[in-house]
Amino acid sequence: MKREMLKGNEAIGAAAIRSGCKLFFGYPITPSTEIIEYLAKHLPKAGGTVLQGEDEIASINMCYGAAATGARVMTASSSPGFSLKQEGISYLAAAELPVVVVNINRNGPGLGGLGPNQGDYFQCTKGGGHGDYRVIVLAPSRAQEMYDYTMSAFNLADRYRTPVVILADGMLGQTMEPVELRGQVTTLPEKNWAADGCLDREKRKIAMYNLTNEEGEATALRLQNKFSFIQDAEQRWENYCTEDAEYLLVGYGTCGRVAKSVVEEARRQGVKLGLIRPITLWPFPVKAFASLKQIKGILTVELNAGQMIEDVKLAVNCSVPVHLHNRLGGMLLSEQSILRKLAEVFHLEVTV
Amino acid sequence: MSLVPVLKRPKGLTEVPFHYCPGCTHGIIHRLIGEVLEELDIIGTTIGVAPVGCSGFMLDMLSCDMVGGPHGRAQAIATGIKRARPDRLVFTYQGDGDIAAIGTAHAIHVAARGENITSIMVNNAVFGMTGGQMAPTSLVGQKTTTSPYGRDVALAGPPINLPKTLAALEGAVYVASGSVDSPKNILLTKKMLKKAFRIQQEGLGFAFVSILSTCPSNWGMSPVDCLKWLRENMLPVYPVGEIKVAEEVKDL
Amino acid sequence: MGKVEVDAERCKSCGLCIEVCPRQVLKIGDKTNRKGYCYVEVAKAEACIGCALCGVMCPDIALTIYKDSGSEAAR
Repeated sequence: MKREMLKGNEAIGAAAIRSGCKLFFGYPITPSTEIIEYLAKHLPKAGGTVLQGEDEIASINMCYGAAATGARVMTASSSPGFSLKQEGISYLAAAELPVVVVNINRNGPGLGGLGPNQGDYFQCTKGGGHGDYRVIVLAPSRAQEMYDYTMSAFNLADRYRTPVVILADGMLGQTMEPVELRGQVTTLPEKNWAADGCLDREKRKIAMYNLTNEEGEATALRLQNKFSFIQDAEQRWENYCTEDAEYLLVGYGTCGRVAKSVVEEARRQGVKLGLIRPITLWPFPVKAFASLKQIKGILTVELNAGQMIEDVKLAVNCSVPVHLHNRLGGMLLSEQSILRKLAEVFHLEVTV
Repeated sequence: MSLVPVLKRPKGLTEVPFHYCPGCTHGIIHRLIGEVLEELDIIGTTIGVAPVGCSGFMLDMLSCDMVGGPHGRAQAIATGIKRARPDRLVFTYQGDGDIAAIGTAHAIHVAARGENITSIMVNNAVFGMTGGQMAPTSLVGQKTTTSPYGRDVALAGPPINLPKTLAALEGAVYVASGSVDSPKNILLTKKMLKKAFRIQQEGLGFAFVSILSTCPSNWGMSPVDCLKWLRENMLPVYPVGEIKVAEEVKDL
Repeated sequence: MGKVEVDAERCKSCGLCIEVCPRQVLKIGDKTNRKGYCYVEVAKAEACIGCALCGVMCPDIALTIYKDSGSEAAR
């Protein structure tokens, strides 16, 4: 199996090529730029096209056009650029167009900083643009997953005719790790809705607006049915030492990765700690919490002011105390700080 | 005496009746496009991109595949379509507000890149759908709902002549200003549109046709008076004619 | 010489065809279509020369124009 030392960002590019993606439209913004750079070098050799748009709004709308013809297409940006794309993403959701949108989260709000951060959680999972819609959000925690989840993203986007967001952070994007370049899509799914020229078939149109409120409701209900189907069918997470866990950490991406070593250290000291690492941030893995009866307390670990914690509380219906341990501004959190916070809030005997 | 039809509904248009206000000349421009699509036999290989505005609902009126997207983004969408399917013909249809206000960034860069698409601008000097507000092309002194005392240059500056602006960009190989206020100008405009599509067929670069049009409801005049107003006020500011014909497209 | 057929349901009584017709063939009728527009009617059929200017100006393609094939085409 072909393995390469790749930055997380480059792994996303490599996966896109092997997913049969032939088009990338983007705009430079740290810390995501290696994605467009990697693809600018390698996609043309795979018969594809990389076009740098005049801005992020142009890029997401170029993706709209390409997706409308049935092509697999991707764009990538980082927080401020991702914000500029929200109207476009709302339109993609409404017109049911499959596009993979990567957000390498950096510290915000405003220009913010380049450090790793998870402050875009709400924007990604609650719908960053206008209207009632959701997008599938996948959260890799290492370079191999940046690769694997990108391939899944293209499949999910086509299967459900929806934009799919990859939410990572600057550290994941910039960290170089060995990546297995596995899987190669050869045949793309047939898209009998695409507007690719009505030669020998009925004319088609791609758009979503309603001239009457009755139409509006009918369309909205149809979309909501799709979202609830996805919500039930596509929840993904990783359980780590949760079978006998009395306490739980919940963390995704970088935090999910750091949390694993905290689980190991706590267990060495006799604390039955487990980790639930959400892989889909939407649909949030509510099912992960359903089977855990003996949990006394949950600590969510985030690089923001506390966003995913709300979904965890909802998932357990506040039946269990849920606390937050977080860092802001681009700072990372250490294993020791998580263990200290765990001990503090749940009055556990651990040495840190 | 056997009668032969000399003017009928072109195949490039569907049977869907137009929703435009009485006397609004969007319909004439649609007919011209429908005729060009039929005459060049490109209905099956063309994808049109609609704006958000009065003509945002043209999706059902053209016989070719149509794509609608956000306000101002038609040319960015068209770029995505063309890059995905360079074997297809792509045109954009936008009002003056859609292309010269919110869509300006794409108007500039699509021309600068020499994107192989055909872009059509319908210039009626107001935002029509939202009820007649001032547009980038509203004339000095023109009364609109957001320039109730007439467009004031001190406040909002003079109007933008987008064709002249785009003509300065190397990638734009054909830039023309048309008008549908009279049979003569309609005929001229059709030639411009056909040439613009021919240029795309030959893959020679970006072709742009701006077309003066009326807005009886929001200009507050009868359809016939609108044509007079257009001739007396808009034509002097936006004269009809081919503004740029690059060497490589001259004999198309 | 020529003939104009009016699609009553498409006509919106905008009058552009009447204005441009060189022979005053058309006029606003007094019957209304489903939308309530007094659609255009042929007033002087015999005057029509099939020049099709009315059809060129019609924004709703409500007019179909025919010409006697004996004489050369209108455009």
